[in-house]
Amino acid sequence: MAIVTLTINDEHLSGNDSDSILEIARQHKIHIPTLCHLDGLSEVGACRLCLVEVEGSSKLVSACATKPVEGMVIRTTTERLQRHRRTIIELLASEGNHQCAVCVVNEHCELQNLAYEVGLQYVRVPYLYPRKELDASHKDFIIDRNRCILCTRCVRVCHEVEGAHVWDIAHRGIHCEIVTGLDDPWGASEACTACGKCVLVCPVGALIEKGTTVAEMEKKRDFLKYIVTARQKREWIDIHEEG
Amino acid sequence: MTIEDLRERAQEERDRQGQLKRRILYCSAAGCISCGSKETAAALKQSVKSSGLEGECEIVGTGCMGLCGEGPLVKVQPDDSLFQQVDAPAAGDIVTRHIVKGESLPDHLVDQSAPFFASQVKIVLENCGRINAESIDEYLAVGGYDALGKALSELEPNEIIDEVRKSGLRGRGGAGYPTGLKWGIVQKAQSDQKYVVCNADEGDPGAFMDRSVLEGDPHRILEGMAIAGYAVGAQQGYIYIRAEYPLAIERLRLAIKQAERNALLGNRILDSNFSFRIDLRIGAGAFVCGEETALMRSIQGRRGRPKPRPPYPSERGLWEKPTLLNNVETFANIAPIIRNGGEWFAAIGTPKSTGTKVFALAGKIRNTGLIEVPMGIPLRTIIFDIGGGTPEGTEFKAAQTGGPSGGCIPTEHLDLPVDYESLAGVGSIMGSGGLIVMDSTSKMVDVAKFFMDFCADESCGKCVPCRVGTVHIAGLLQKIISKNATIEDMKLLEELCIMVKETSLCGLGQSAPNPVLSTLRFFRKEYEELLQPVEGFVPTNTVS
Repeated sequence: MAIVTLTINDEHLSGNDSDSILEIARQHKIHIPTLCHLDGLSEVGACRLCLVEVEGSSKLVSACATKPVEGMVIRTTTERLQRHRRTIIELLASEGNHQCAVCVVNEHCELQNLAYEVGLQYVRVPYLYPRKELDASHKDFIIDRNRCILCTRCVRVCHEVEGAHVWDIAHRGIHCEIVTGLDDPWGASEACTACGKCVLVCPVGALIEKGTTVAEMEKKRDFLKYIVTARQKREWIDIHEEG
Repeated sequence: MTIEDLRERAQEERDRQGQLKRRILYCSAAGCISCGSKETAAALKQSVKSSGLEGECEIVGTGCMGLCGEGPLVKVQPDDSLFQQVDAPAAGDIVTRHIVKGESLPDHLVDQSAPFFASQVKIVLENCGRINAESIDEYLAVGGYDALGKALSELEPNEIIDEVRKSGLRGRGGAGYPTGLKWGIVQKAQSDQKYVVCNADEGDPGAFMDRSVLEGDPHRILEGMAIAGYAVGAQQGYIYIRAEYPLAIERLRLAIKQAERNALLGNRILDSNFSFRIDLRIGAGAFVCGEETALMRSIQGRRGRPKPRPPYPSERGLWEKPTLLNNVETFANIAPIIRNGGEWFAAIGTPKSTGTKVFALAGKIRNTGLIEVPMGIPLRTIIFDIGGGTPEGTEFKAAQTGGPSGGCIPTEHLDLPVDYESLAGVGSIMGSGGLIVMDSTSKMVDVAKFFMDFCADESCGKCVPCRVGTVHIAGLLQKIISKNATIEDMKLLEELCIMVKETSLCGLGQSAPNPVLSTLRFFRKEYEELLQPVEGFVPTNTVS
């Protein structure tokens, strides 16, 4: 572990070289949008929203999965990055069946917030309108795959924190889906402990509590903070990678 | 077995072959088998028997002889006459007329002074089509495992890496990373366990270089991997091979067994203190598993999805241990480099891209097949001299290198030397060696659509740009092809291509837009001709 100095958006900062660029930016109140990242879970670098420019490198790097190097010069808000971020949100909006007005997490949705943030007013690509399944077989929770953005937070929290590994990804490409067990109904899962962590970490309205209606579901994620602290003190299980 | 035993056995095999009057070689690679070389072999055996030549003739199935479009191929040694399109009756003629009576059979005889043969330089393919791929003795007879013997008895790991570095060899999987540098990193990594992995998950449409090497000369890969294992300090190797190559898998399995029986793999190789095992891992049909991080996860029995780099496999690879990961062709170059020295290898090709490159010629070209040429050779020589140009009555339009990650190179860049930098300069890549030729009948927008559909289909779905972006790019291309698109769609197409290229997580997504971008660059007119007319829009006239 060593302290490195780096420049983010013309600000000279110092940080720990075992932290990611994202963590250092956040320590200094520099905002970088994220979606698949969640403090306390392993990094997958999948949503590509946190991409930043590093001077001297033609490639964009994901802030969540990149460690700083002494003297690094980073930009997080260039026109190119903002354009790409807008397109990523646009692609996500076109991929699922997102109807904010009737969604249980309306006004509490990370995808919706990001759409506001990047100024997404209309979608230039055609909506794909996929046929997706909703599974309400669990006694407490519902998964509505129409709203899933495949961030895999549920997969990771279930595997890494709860240790049950109920969720995983099936199929590939545009046909990817989050499935329970070996694509069984959620209610039939013997591994599921009904802890509800997956529901709380889900950034959108894909995983929800039963009995909530439009705009009622707010997700509390404080529990992960305590787990992170415990982990830092080595009082808890080690982080494993996403499955 | 010791090195002396090894050399003795090689000599015995050479003596045995020397006593034969004739060796009749027939190509038993996948291409020739599919056009009937097994029937040819049966007919050869039959007529050798009926001509009473059994004692003095040997019939041997070999690896790829190169001229795949004209199979089945048969070669007669020692005069080295090569015959094409040898069906069963022609096989009889070869024995009864060529061997017995000495006739030349002009209908089937191939002129080996033609540029197809004369312009090639064979290092990787030196044994392909010359030896029986299923016989370790034949590999020993042509100097096989000599390099491993030399490495273990005369060279320190450092010296081997120096030799590879001096050779200037660069990764043949496509990216061209200096091999010696990679070996050095893995060697320096501190770990109780290291791995050597051979990437044989060749998946580009139209590419069959690695398959041909594995089918025709499997021991060469084992030897290269064992030398690598000794150099970097690994004791376990894996070959990750796609399940679609059953013949290559069968021959590799046999080769591993033979090598283990002869103390060339396993414990205490050639009586040294070095032990090295090789196991096969069979892919399950995902193109993305050719990407190194996805490949390693697949070997571990997990879902083949890439992850961000760094850390690179050379630091943290298989089971988080330092892992040396090279392509089939890279490993195939190792034994000759150790045998002849790095400087010998560096003298071939260009200063920055040394050695040779194997290409699989496919598409609208006369001589479909497998070739090996020195780096730096002009594309024109490959396509017109070696490949014989496009079929009669059509005109060359573009060459596609690098498969779904590559680009199309038009006529005006035909004099480009084939090396890593030059190809990248025109928006394509060297790639693993697939070379698809298109003629005037090929529509470039269709070509772009084909590759984009391929990438959308093969995307693992992990990152957003590749998962969703490729689908929309393919959709826009379809819209253009069905003449429903406007200039606005073209702009969106270009923007999406750049976005997917710049933001995707792994090489698959980052290079997926290349076929579209390069056809947009060189054949924009073909796109524009399909657009809905918009008032005031002036189409591009120049192709640049």
